[in-house]
Amino acid sequence: MEDLSRFKQTYFDESAELLAVAEAGLLRLTPGTADADEVNAIFRAVHSIKGGGGAFGFTDLVAFAHEFETVMDLVRNDAIPITTELVDTLIRANDVLGTMLGYARDEAPVPPGTGDAVADALRRHQSAPPPATDAGPPHNDLDAAFAAAHAAETTHPDDEDDEAGIFGDAMAAILDARNPSAAAAGRQRWTVVFRPRPDLLLSGNEPAFMLRALRRLGEAEVECHLDRLPGLAELDAEQLHLSWTITLLTGPSVDRERIADVFEFVADECDVTITADAPPPAVPDAAAPLPDALRSPSGPSVPAAAAPPPPPATPEPASRPADPAAPRAKPAENGAAQHAGLTSHTIRVDLDKIDRLVNMVGEMVITQAMIAEHVRELPPGEFQELLEGLEQLAQHTRELRESVMSIRAQPVSSVFSRMPRLVRELAGGLGKEVQLVTSGETTEVDKTVVENLVDPLTHMIRNSIDHGLETPEEREAAGKPRTGTVTLSAQHRSGRIVIEVADDGRGINRGRVLAKAVEKGLVQPGASLSDEEIDHLIFLPGFSTAEKVSNVSGRGVGMDVVRRNITSLGGRIGVYSSPGEGSRFVLSLPLTLAVLDGMVISVGEERFVLPLTNIVESLRPKPSDLHGLVNRCDVMMARGEYVRLVHLNRLFGIPGATEDATRALVVLVETEEGARLGLVVDEVLGQQQVVIKSLEANFRRLDGVAAATILGDGRVALILDVAGLRDMSRQGGSAPPRAAAALPAPEPAAV
Amino acid sequence: MKKKVLTVDDSRTMREMVAFTLKSAGYDVLEASDGQQALGLIGTNQVDLVIADLNMPVMDGLTLIRRLRAMPAHRSLPILMLTTEADDRKKQEGRTAGATGWIVKPFNPEKLVSVVQKVCG
Amino acid sequence: MHSSTALSNIGSTGGSTGGAAIGAANAHEDQYVTFTVGTEEYGVNILAVREIRGWTPESRLPNLPDYVRGVINLRGIIIPIFDLRARFGGGATEVTKRHVVVVIQVGERTRGILVDAISDILAISQDAIRPPPDLDTGLVDTEYLSGLYTVDNRMVTLLDVQRLFAVEASEEDATQKALPAPDRLS
Repeated sequence: MEDLSRFKQTYFDESAELLAVAEAGLLRLTPGTADADEVNAIFRAVHSIKGGGGAFGFTDLVAFAHEFETVMDLVRNDAIPITTELVDTLIRANDVLGTMLGYARDEAPVPPGTGDAVADALRRHQSAPPPATDAGPPHNDLDAAFAAAHAAETTHPDDEDDEAGIFGDAMAAILDARNPSAAAAGRQRWTVVFRPRPDLLLSGNEPAFMLRALRRLGEAEVECHLDRLPGLAELDAEQLHLSWTITLLTGPSVDRERIADVFEFVADECDVTITADAPPPAVPDAAAPLPDALRSPSGPSVPAAAAPPPPPATPEPASRPADPAAPRAKPAENGAAQHAGLTSHTIRVDLDKIDRLVNMVGEMVITQAMIAEHVRELPPGEFQELLEGLEQLAQHTRELRESVMSIRAQPVSSVFSRMPRLVRELAGGLGKEVQLVTSGETTEVDKTVVENLVDPLTHMIRNSIDHGLETPEEREAAGKPRTGTVTLSAQHRSGRIVIEVADDGRGINRGRVLAKAVEKGLVQPGASLSDEEIDHLIFLPGFSTAEKVSNVSGRGVGMDVVRRNITSLGGRIGVYSSPGEGSRFVLSLPLTLAVLDGMVISVGEERFVLPLTNIVESLRPKPSDLHGLVNRCDVMMARGEYVRLVHLNRLFGIPGATEDATRALVVLVETEEGARLGLVVDEVLGQQQVVIKSLEANFRRLDGVAAATILGDGRVALILDVAGLRDMSRQGGSAPPRAAAALPAPEPAAV
Repeated sequence: MKKKVLTVDDSRTMREMVAFTLKSAGYDVLEASDGQQALGLIGTNQVDLVIADLNMPVMDGLTLIRRLRAMPAHRSLPILMLTTEADDRKKQEGRTAGATGWIVKPFNPEKLVSVVQKVCG
Repeated sequence: MHSSTALSNIGSTGGSTGGAAIGAANAHEDQYVTFTVGTEEYGVNILAVREIRGWTPESRLPNLPDYVRGVINLRGIIIPIFDLRARFGGGATEVTKRHVVVVIQVGERTRGILVDAISDILAISQDAIRPPPDLDTGLVDTEYLSGLYTVDNRMVTLLDVQRLFAVEASEEDATQKALPAPDRLS
């Protein structure tokens, strides 16, 4: 049917998810350790893809899915053993299914021969002998038992054809329940008015047979109407002058159609009206209110009125009983019906709509800040209600923002689930033994972030397996287990998502990295770099340590691209490595790309926003808290530890700011990685939500600056990047290029 | 009043197709993706008919049917199961569990509507 | 490209255009918005001009040359403002309410240039544009000058905004070429 083609998109979307589910499941399928739920999930995925494919007429796909499904069914029933070879076949089958879905989606024919080899392999597995433990053919016994049960119990006949069926007994029970009064009598009462045309007999039909057939359906009272009977002189014996009203008491399984069926062969030669009598009004009817029935007394002139309440709530005079199932409901003829209230757990919403909502909330946040700013200028003590109202507005705005952002949030599992396959393939290709351990798959982050994680994570895992992990022999020689472990984890930390890719391999070979960097002119010969600095050289553009270009990592993509991808999302990447023990790459990314909670601070005439997540506390230091290092007031004691002070005015060259830290404020901040420093500022003006605006859209990135925002007075304020400030200050306040900014550029230049 | 049909299927495509077809025919449609969810919805809604897939995660269709039949309130709730063609064994299992009828999938929309009308009354 | 607001602004701010009437531009003529910085007069192609707005206080950007004034909020987007006087080595402009920002579209980017006042809209024939003289490049950046034009004994220096900002953009590239300080996570 045409109408169903609108579900193709749903089908392709869903199938893509199902393929991923199946693949993840297949990759976890190891000989001897089949998890029944897992196997079932794979089976269901294939089954659903096949089912939907059938609905759209994708015959090649359905045929292939059938072979796949059959094997999965055997696996599910423990009828064939799980072997490595079987798993490989199944994974390839999943690929073929994906390919075929691709053709279907593109409305392209499936090229002949597609998947034939895999289909053959699947069929070979289907004919594999069952495990010896399988005792006998239980299915046949069960079938027999069902058949016996069926035969013994069925008192009401089934109503079935090839496409659907209704179990007579079950239906009878339902009708009994629906119509308790009839059920009490065990009956449903029908009034059938049968008015044959006079020439009915000429076509070889005999009314008596029909009356007899009706009687077989239940108890019938037949009333014969003689009103059209002519006088004897005019009587034509070939003509029929009689009509009948039959009151039929049937079992609940007899429905209108079964009665109409009786008249099937005389449909054109008679008028038949079938009326189901309403139950007595006193009986409460849970199923539906019945229209007031016009009881049909005897006599052909009374029209039928009441019927069981079918959704198209018109009783149908069965004037065409030969065509009972015909034009019952023409779906979608009535536009209003399509919009009938669907209740569902989930709805699918166009992403644009959500983004518009996000933008709108952003504007609202600014407006709210603007109002708050104006209200601050009102005389204090007055307008108490206004202030309370604004407080509430601020609270609601915050909640609204969080709700809207959560709509865009997705678990990282959709990315993580792609990795087992990658690991399997890489390990196979490189002759390494690798185990992938994942955790935190349910950690949620903005959809855009999730989508953009695929490439960097893929590359990092490639890197870990290719460069990080040793061969099994090397590992054994080093006293490590043959199988290397790659760990992929995600967690929320300080309002950001932190993702780690770690391996227990050889670690970064610093000598080689440094030599390479010098060779490529990235580092001056003889430069002295710390271990940490050397490790980070691998993020330099054009840097690649692979001595020979393997077909795994050597695709011209290096860790510099990974870093660029992460940076463009407002993230940061770092690496920790210990020789012989392994390496750990840590990504830190913002959870959303639109709004953040910030603290507005001032330095001189300038105002800045510090992300709230970075702020530990603000302090007004006493002279005794401050300590000079090399004659400069550089360090302060805060909460029992020394914290380096960073004068924002010096770092940014802002005139007119307070130089003396004891007269200024120190905001104790912490980077996502836990490093603390004290920012010396003039004032802390207050907390507010700010909408992140891109500085890069029309200008460029700046050191120590994550992004910009618009404050309540319409002025621009820069959002500070704490880790960037820390790097700047360590380099003596100059502006060295840093690869990462803490916040992204969410906004295309709205021109 | 519109009759309310609950479609239970782990396949979103299938649910949406059933829902669309029945809404077009004038029914209200609720959706659940497994038996457990279906039970929850039946508990909180006046459902007139359940159309359930058999193979589903969390709680499969047969278990759903048995659970419903075990509850006095739902002993006479019509339940149609969606099954693959020619799966006689499933049909019989469904009958035993208490299903009212079956529809093969992929289904013919007109057939679906006609069967739903029959059992919904 | 340009809004009607921009045009009416120009009309009210700028003087009469004399013989070179607006709209009379033939196939070989381009219209230029001209403005003054000190005693000099400059022109940019009107197609690049998005709007002209009065001066609003900017927010400073740290550690940049003095000709980068800062950023302003242009109806929800953030654009940088370049001080043309400072760009040409004349020191930072002492802004007043009468100073004007010419908002210019360069490719995907929107940027503002701070000038003293708008002076005119001229329809200039390509033939009438003289190439810039071969100046000592040590004194003046010539690559963003597209030519010189004389009207009523005034010399108008025509700017190639694409190049004017390309100079600025190249700084960005330069920083990326330098040895990066590696990221540090602890």
